[in-house]
Amino acid sequence: MALAGTAAAFSFIATGCSAGDDGGTGEESAAPEVSTDAFDEAMSTPTKLTFWTWVPDIENQVALFEQAYPEIDVTVENVGQGLEHYQKLRSAIESGEGAPDVAQIEYQYIPSFTLTDSLLDLTPYGAADLGGDYVEWVWNQVAVNDGVWAIPQDTGPMGNLYRTDILKEAGYDEAPATYDEYAEAAKQVKEKTGAYISNLAANEPTQLVALLWQAGLEPFGYDGAETVTIDVNSDGAKDVVQYWQDLAQADLVSTDAGWTDNWFQNIANGNYAGWLVPAWGPIFLQGTAESTSGLWAAAPLPQWDAANPVSGNWGGSSDAVLASTENPIAAYELARWINAEPEPTMMFAQEQFLFPAALSVLEDPAFTDAEVEFFGGQQVNKIFAEISATVNPEFQWLPFMEFAYSSYNETVGVALEKKGDAVGALDDWQQQLVDYATEQGFTVQ
Amino acid sequence: MADTTVDAPVSQTARAKPARGKARHSAVGYLFVLPFMILFVAMVLVPLGYSAYLSLFEEKLIGGEAFVGLKNFTEALTDQAFLGGVGRMALFLVIQVPIMLGLALFLALAIDSGRARASRSARLLAFMPYAVPGVVATLMWGYLYGPDFGPIAQAFEALGLTPPDMLGESGILGSMMNIVTWEYVGYNMIIMYAALRSIPTELYEAASIDGASQIRIALSIKIPAIRPAIILTVIFSVIGTFQLFNEPALLDAIAPVVITNGFTPNFYAYNVAFVNQDVNYAAAIAFLLGLVIAVISYVVQLSSQRAERKVRR
Repeated sequence: MALAGTAAAFSFIATGCSAGDDGGTGEESAAPEVSTDAFDEAMSTPTKLTFWTWVPDIENQVALFEQAYPEIDVTVENVGQGLEHYQKLRSAIESGEGAPDVAQIEYQYIPSFTLTDSLLDLTPYGAADLGGDYVEWVWNQVAVNDGVWAIPQDTGPMGNLYRTDILKEAGYDEAPATYDEYAEAAKQVKEKTGAYISNLAANEPTQLVALLWQAGLEPFGYDGAETVTIDVNSDGAKDVVQYWQDLAQADLVSTDAGWTDNWFQNIANGNYAGWLVPAWGPIFLQGTAESTSGLWAAAPLPQWDAANPVSGNWGGSSDAVLASTENPIAAYELARWINAEPEPTMMFAQEQFLFPAALSVLEDPAFTDAEVEFFGGQQVNKIFAEISATVNPEFQWLPFMEFAYSSYNETVGVALEKKGDAVGALDDWQQQLVDYATEQGFTVQ
Repeated sequence: MADTTVDAPVSQTARAKPARGKARHSAVGYLFVLPFMILFVAMVLVPLGYSAYLSLFEEKLIGGEAFVGLKNFTEALTDQAFLGGVGRMALFLVIQVPIMLGLALFLALAIDSGRARASRSARLLAFMPYAVPGVVATLMWGYLYGPDFGPIAQAFEALGLTPPDMLGESGILGSMMNIVTWEYVGYNMIIMYAALRSIPTELYEAASIDGASQIRIALSIKIPAIRPAIILTVIFSVIGTFQLFNEPALLDAIAPVVITNGFTPNFYAYNVAFVNQDVNYAAAIAFLLGLVIAVISYVVQLSSQRAERKVRR
């Protein structure tokens, strides 16, 4: 009874917060925290939770959770990956039935769910205190618009993975540190080895967005209510795209579509001498390009300003609690526990090879000092942990990234593939985004 | 024979009480079609009505749902992506369907003529691609088309030729036609072959007594006799063409830049519903697409009937 009462009170608070028309400042301190009694009671009452996630073997972490809380019974369901996952989630939310209690959500899609008030604000459950446990920029991804909407699980800070043998043949002992050097190296690599220094996949908006992120740009913004900021054709963005367009037009960088058979073969065969890719790239390569083991090395991204190294993020995801859950305390504890406790988080990093968001793992020598044979014994995790600390902390998303990505593919992506006017295509992308936002009733800034 | 004896007493009672008997008779009839009607209503009419209803509304991410009448339809009629997709499929129809059906007819006639050796295994071989799921077929062809490592490209390179860009902008439609033709030739062939088998053999005997050649028999007896079956395959092909979905959806993964969201109208409706999250507009597109298919199928049927009347005259 008491549990039901508190749950109702919380959901009332949660809706109150997410509706937050004026984004009031003092409101949150007024929200009552979950009392220890309420928490203990919730966690010792037999409860069934459903958890939608695509993360492989996450059952192991969930099993640890169930050991810690024997009364809680979690059902893990994989309803599909990528777009499919979100489609099913949205359908379930819309129909008001069958939605899970906890769901895996990538950072860029969080605003599209807060828009529909579908996520529970975790602040009253104590999530606000977790901020210090995660890398700052990651926390900024989940703690937006006066709420904490998810608990971070993994991230994808961008680095540069390259073939040491090919770069050596072109006269380089290490990765180019700046973009100017990178362009010069691209020329050398092409001339001396015939390979492309890397491939900028025409159909991979997330990669280009990560590069815009690195350049300190803020192409997207959302205030949590009805106003969006769209600035994908800023001068800064045009500079970045111009750089890649020049390389592509000079045939020094390829723009082949990613994740195709052709692309996999090019990686394995050394037609691409490198890949600007996030921290999940190393494990991916080890599976795809096994025959090139020992020839790879990891480095930070090339820099625009060498004195001030920065990076962007591509990928990673979090666990959010749905507003419709009947067991908010247990659901929150599941999302928190597997992503905050030392055992499950270390397990994510070492068994599922998810690049951690939690500082405790990022700073643990057991994680950072691991030497990877595929990378010639390099301590790859350490490099990416250092990169993670340099990711620009401010980066926001639109509440309709699915459309934004598909519109990118129809505009900038097409231009890149044809090695045409990708810079001009940024204007088309901007126009399509503004049109869509206006049509959907948003105020565009 | 047995039927009449059993029927007799029933019809006698029916004569005695005509009204009740008739009522029972028709009630039984309804009972027999009931399972079908339930499924038909639940699976066809209700969803159709619901999407018609949906298509009259507009739902915005901000501001919710509002009745907008036919706005979605007028919008679709000026939507370049939708019209482009319909136009592309019309082109597809005009080029691919005659090739596919011509090939199917040729194979059916060849197998039926009995001249071809091992006709049974030939029939099976031609039909086999239809048994391969469309998804698998597209993945397989996607590999064959690969620009750098696909066997076709490699064969061209081995001969010192530039391979055609089968997944590029100029080649993709042709590549797709090839997949669809490969997949459905056997299916259409079986329909035509079955129709050919039902032609009375006396006609052939008469023709050969008159000294007609095999080609003459094919042109003057076989093809006219299976005209209804051919019309059927044409209508199936019209419907299939405008509803193409698997091929663009799967080729999208290997030629993502060339396959635009509106490559085929059906693919466009899917993208509008699930990427743009605009279910209402997608419903309107689906309806218009249905209308286009109905009109073209009707025109095909009408013109074939006219042609037939002319022949009979």
